[in-house]
Amino acid sequence: MDFAISITGFVALYIFMLAAFGGWVIIGRVPAILHTPLMSGSNFVHGIVVVGGIFALLNASSVEEQAIGFFAVLLGAGNAAGGYAVTDRMLAMFQVSGPKHNKHSHSAHHIKKA
Amino acid sequence: MPTFIPQMIIGVTDLAAAFLFLYGLKRMSSPVTAPSGIFVAGLGMLVAVLASFLYIFSVSAAARPFLSVNIGLAVIALILGGGIAWWSGKKVAMTSMPQMVALYNGMGGGAAGAIAAVELFGNKTQGATQLVVTLVGALIGAVSLSGSLIAWAKLDGVIKKPLRATGQQTFNGIVMLATLTVGGYIVFVAQSSADPLIAMPQLISLFFALALLFGIAMTLPIGGADMPVVISIYNAFTGLAVGLEGFVLQNPALMIAGMVVGAAGMLLTLLMAKAMNRSVSNVVFTNFGTPAKHKQGDIKGSLKPTEAGDAGIFMRYASKVIIVPGYGLAVAQGQQKLYEFVKLLQAAGVDVKFAIHPVAGRMPGQMDVLLAEAGVPYDMIFQLEDINDDFASADVALVIGANDVVNPAARDDKSSPIFGMPILNADKAKKVYVVKRGEGKGYAGIVNALFYAENCEMVYGDAQAVLVKMIEAVRGLGLSAAA
Repeated sequence: MDFAISITGFVALYIFMLAAFGGWVIIGRVPAILHTPLMSGSNFVHGIVVVGGIFALLNASSVEEQAIGFFAVLLGAGNAAGGYAVTDRMLAMFQVSGPKHNKHSHSAHHIKKA
Repeated sequence: MPTFIPQMIIGVTDLAAAFLFLYGLKRMSSPVTAPSGIFVAGLGMLVAVLASFLYIFSVSAAARPFLSVNIGLAVIALILGGGIAWWSGKKVAMTSMPQMVALYNGMGGGAAGAIAAVELFGNKTQGATQLVVTLVGALIGAVSLSGSLIAWAKLDGVIKKPLRATGQQTFNGIVMLATLTVGGYIVFVAQSSADPLIAMPQLISLFFALALLFGIAMTLPIGGADMPVVISIYNAFTGLAVGLEGFVLQNPALMIAGMVVGAAGMLLTLLMAKAMNRSVSNVVFTNFGTPAKHKQGDIKGSLKPTEAGDAGIFMRYASKVIIVPGYGLAVAQGQQKLYEFVKLLQAAGVDVKFAIHPVAGRMPGQMDVLLAEAGVPYDMIFQLEDINDDFASADVALVIGANDVVNPAARDDKSSPIFGMPILNADKAKKVYVVKRGEGKGYAGIVNALFYAENCEMVYGDAQAVLVKMIEAVRGLGLSAAA
């Protein structure tokens, strides 16, 4: 059995095309109010580059490659961890006004009269 | 262990990670589901990173003697890089979010560039296609790294003013051309196995140096208010670089994640540029301040200063107030006080809404986040297209720390440099209060006709101090005065 992945030119272009289209459609529907968390969230998603960094570092066969590979993992991990931390913090702050689900809530927010 | 087992596990986890990223981003399209969205995406990241250590079982023969050291280095790098970034991300102030995102983004670009460097220096790419893709990814990643760092320095105030020199664009063009030439030469040498004029490693170093220089030279002249566009561009760049390196490493999870982010970043970039009525190339390749020689249209009327307390009381007895917050509010750290004032108005039965311009702040949507941090519920916050018709029926428009985004010249004055930019129609309200530090001009350096309008009064002072006075004035009336 062989699970090795091999992506050649055209397959890559298909993947890129579908991914780009998917990203465009998904992000296009995000309301402007969420643009900052969205940006830091997508920033977090490209932190997946750390996986490539780990691959490169594990396959390093000279001190030079080790140094650059270390750098790649260091930066990639920073991208991923930092992106997650700030996105999570920002999203936790968004709240709706009025205790709609719990009538006895002592929410500080004023209930808007329609 | 047979090699197909780790391969299979990596394949399955990467597939799962790609799905979780897409699903997580999808959930981020509503404030209600968004917090779970980032958690879902985080889960994908976690399994992908853990599974990536299974590459241990398939390292090349050349790397085998280095393996134990490499594993140690990988763990240290993960803990160090992840730990520092996590800690800094948890404690950074919300107002500093743009520079933090720029920094993390630069890290991603740097990581993609470093992966390309390992492939190039180790001569690991196979065939012309892979080599070209590696080089393009390296170029974009390196530009994103150095450009993001400059953006960070600007946003953080390390670099105070846009650095502009004559011939800047020619210089940038030459650097770009030189980078591409060196890149092309690398491909030529590798393919023809001709003797290079300079040894290959030096050639590759030169390529990276030029790419980094281009990122710096491209970002230095761009001004502060254009930062939303710049951050979006570099976000897209890093995504692209990651996607391309994903192809080189034959990793579809990287390809998908990178390309999704690349497309998302591109979309945001276009949205931001549209909100400023400028093309992306106009933001990147020209400077805002330069066409300042235009003739300012005659402005009728005069500036009418008023007391903060009087303005506060006037709003207390209004029935509909729309607030236009701008970056100046964030600079004065006045969001908390603003919401305190708003709650007082609401308690008195005033209908209060916030109107946000798409480019308010230093990154897309930053003002929304700053208001959310102050506790403002998101259903009180409205975007330009949803609220612009409401101004005509509003008793008061309160403009705090915003300037160019409420300048009616964008609508009426064809000779104005901001003509055509979508603005918030604050001038249509019956009464307009503008809270402003002094009589200075906005970022675009043009006089705001709104300030001279018949229905507009100016409240001079620091936004926070002004709001404190407004709160005191309204409290002074006592709640019994309500009803």
